[in-house]
Amino acid sequence: MDKETRRLKRIKRRYRGEISFRLLSISAIVLAASFLVFFLSDMVRTGYTAFEQTVVQTEITYDADTVEIPQLSVSEEMSDLVSRGFLRLIPQMVEENPKLMNTTQTQWVLAEAEVDQYIKGKPNKLSEEEIAHIDSLKKEGKVKLVFNKWFFTNGDSKLPEMAGLLSAVIGTIYVLILTMMFSVPIGVMTAIYLEEFAPDNWFTRIIEVNINNLAAIPSIIFGLLGLAIFINLFGVPRSSALAGGLTLSLMSLPVIIISTRAALSSVPDTIRQAAQGVGASPWQVVWHHILPLSLPGIMTGTIISMAHAIGETAPLLIVGMLAYIPTAPTGVTQAATVLPAQIYTWSGDSLRAYTERTALGIIVLLSVLLLLNAVAVVLRNKYERKW
Amino acid sequence: MKKLFTLVLSIMALAGLTVTAHAREQIRIVGSSTVYPFSSYVAEEFGATSKFQTPIIESTGSGGGHKLFAAGSDLNTPDITNSSRRMKDSEFNKNMEVGNKEISEIVIGFDGIAIAFNKKNPPMSVSKKDLFLAVAAEVPVDGKLVANPYKTWRDVNASLPNKKIVIYGPPTSSGTRDAFEEMVMGHVSEKMDEYGKKAYTKIRQDGGYIPAGENDNLIVQKLAKDPEAMGIFGYSFLEENTDKLQGATVDGFAPTPANISSGKYPISRSLYFYVKQSHIGKVPGITEYVNLFLSEKMIGDKGLLKRIGLIPLPKAERDAQRAKWAKKTALTLNDLK
Repeated sequence: MDKETRRLKRIKRRYRGEISFRLLSISAIVLAASFLVFFLSDMVRTGYTAFEQTVVQTEITYDADTVEIPQLSVSEEMSDLVSRGFLRLIPQMVEENPKLMNTTQTQWVLAEAEVDQYIKGKPNKLSEEEIAHIDSLKKEGKVKLVFNKWFFTNGDSKLPEMAGLLSAVIGTIYVLILTMMFSVPIGVMTAIYLEEFAPDNWFTRIIEVNINNLAAIPSIIFGLLGLAIFINLFGVPRSSALAGGLTLSLMSLPVIIISTRAALSSVPDTIRQAAQGVGASPWQVVWHHILPLSLPGIMTGTIISMAHAIGETAPLLIVGMLAYIPTAPTGVTQAATVLPAQIYTWSGDSLRAYTERTALGIIVLLSVLLLLNAVAVVLRNKYERKW
Repeated sequence: MKKLFTLVLSIMALAGLTVTAHAREQIRIVGSSTVYPFSSYVAEEFGATSKFQTPIIESTGSGGGHKLFAAGSDLNTPDITNSSRRMKDSEFNKNMEVGNKEISEIVIGFDGIAIAFNKKNPPMSVSKKDLFLAVAAEVPVDGKLVANPYKTWRDVNASLPNKKIVIYGPPTSSGTRDAFEEMVMGHVSEKMDEYGKKAYTKIRQDGGYIPAGENDNLIVQKLAKDPEAMGIFGYSFLEENTDKLQGATVDGFAPTPANISSGKYPISRSLYFYVKQSHIGKVPGITEYVNLFLSEKMIGDKGLLKRIGLIPLPKAERDAQRAKWAKKTALTLNDLK
């Protein structure tokens, strides 16, 4: 009986231990998740207003005077409410469309950022007169919020109402394609050689250790390397997508090599032996059997390293991509900027109207990353083989 | 087919690597992050309203900008560098060495450095000496230098509020920090015997002064949350956040555009940019860009840059800058003395 109570006590203690361990793990998850939820909800709360942009309806006079001084094309009290980004284009619009000359049009045009801030109920620097004027316009239905298409069709701008992500998105695409073009072939081939052909000696072991080491190096070091080699030695233009792509491919190489090697080594030896058994040469073994079988793993690794590259700013700062570049690049040697650099630039601006745009930029970046990671997961689940 | 694919890939990689340097179409500008917003504003206007391409502007910090500027005289180096301080002798000499003989120096306006804090507090008036004693690593007590013992503002000066000294300020890499060290710390300590009449610019590291990174918006957020804290940053950030923050009066003058422009507010500095005259004519648009920058429309009393926080130069000074640029007067070492 005494023995029995002791046994029950022991079991109880064990259960207690198990429960507290489980509670601890759950609270860790809850903590991690709440950080994430806090971050995301903060971003969404700050950023969602940037999906909309204020426009005002006003009469615009196109004549010789207004082509000379665009501010005159709207009435004096309106000229502070209409975006300068629109007004300064009047001479060009008349040039492109001569029919506009000497006409007066009633148009919906972009409102100034301060007006936009006021309509969205955010702090602004408008005077009381201007606020009264906007309120009366609002009653007449001459001020409204519309979908902020400018955010997705414009490049960077110092006028917050005109600022958009387009040039940064195109820059990011350029950089990413270049990074993939350089790092995937080199990385995969390196991994194949090391895994399938290289003899196991001190030399290959040194290479191996170094590759693992490189994967852990802070990315800014790769930026310095890129500056020294690609820009100063090879003369690649500073700030260009090429300079950024090359630098990021240096950074992605170790990750791609390591994940490719893992994918290759997960293919069982029996397949190699079977292929060799029917007379395949080593090259045929790899090219016909091992590589196709390990492709899902290689692609997953590549996508994850590309997702990593998208979010990278530090090395690009060194090669001059953190810059004011409002126009999208049309070639690899032209100056380009990328999404995280654009977000960083906006986050440091003194104008309050950039706050919501910064947050929306982050939301866009996060969505792209989520999409890439989802693709990686889908690929893995669809093509993964269990041996 | 597979061979073809491999071939195409390697050709593409090679083509990517062999880049030939050709003449530049765009102006390249580097330098100060304080001047960056003004410079990029002008650049945008320039790109939108002229036939020239929009200049590329990198925000590298004043020191980084001067380094890139003086890296050489060829077209691979920037045409213009922005600076929130004057060019140093050493930087000037480096430029002479590499062949940038003719450099135009242009002052575009002023930037005040605000000592800001939460609006919930009553207004505060400090002297430069108070500020110095609050942030210095060592201060004189009974004629001897000791580690800064002051914990509250009242310890520093009995007329100040009994508030803990917590100052968020720029890190050592920042031009704002250089300016603060020079105009507040250097200025005060040079007049004190205990420091041997020399500029003393060591800032305390016991938690009273917290280097807050290059992003001034972070300091603004900190101050909005913590009514105890003070912050040191550029005037434009104070102007943009007057709903949350207020600026301390320094030596009797509030940080207002008028006081900064007239030089009465004691912590203000000039903003500059430097142009390589040898690049004019080789890179299209340099003259036009600088002309636009110097126009009344931009740096005038009602100019566009004033809206984003630039404090304009007095009218006579603006005309002088324009005249100097028109004559292409080159900077000499004596100017910098």
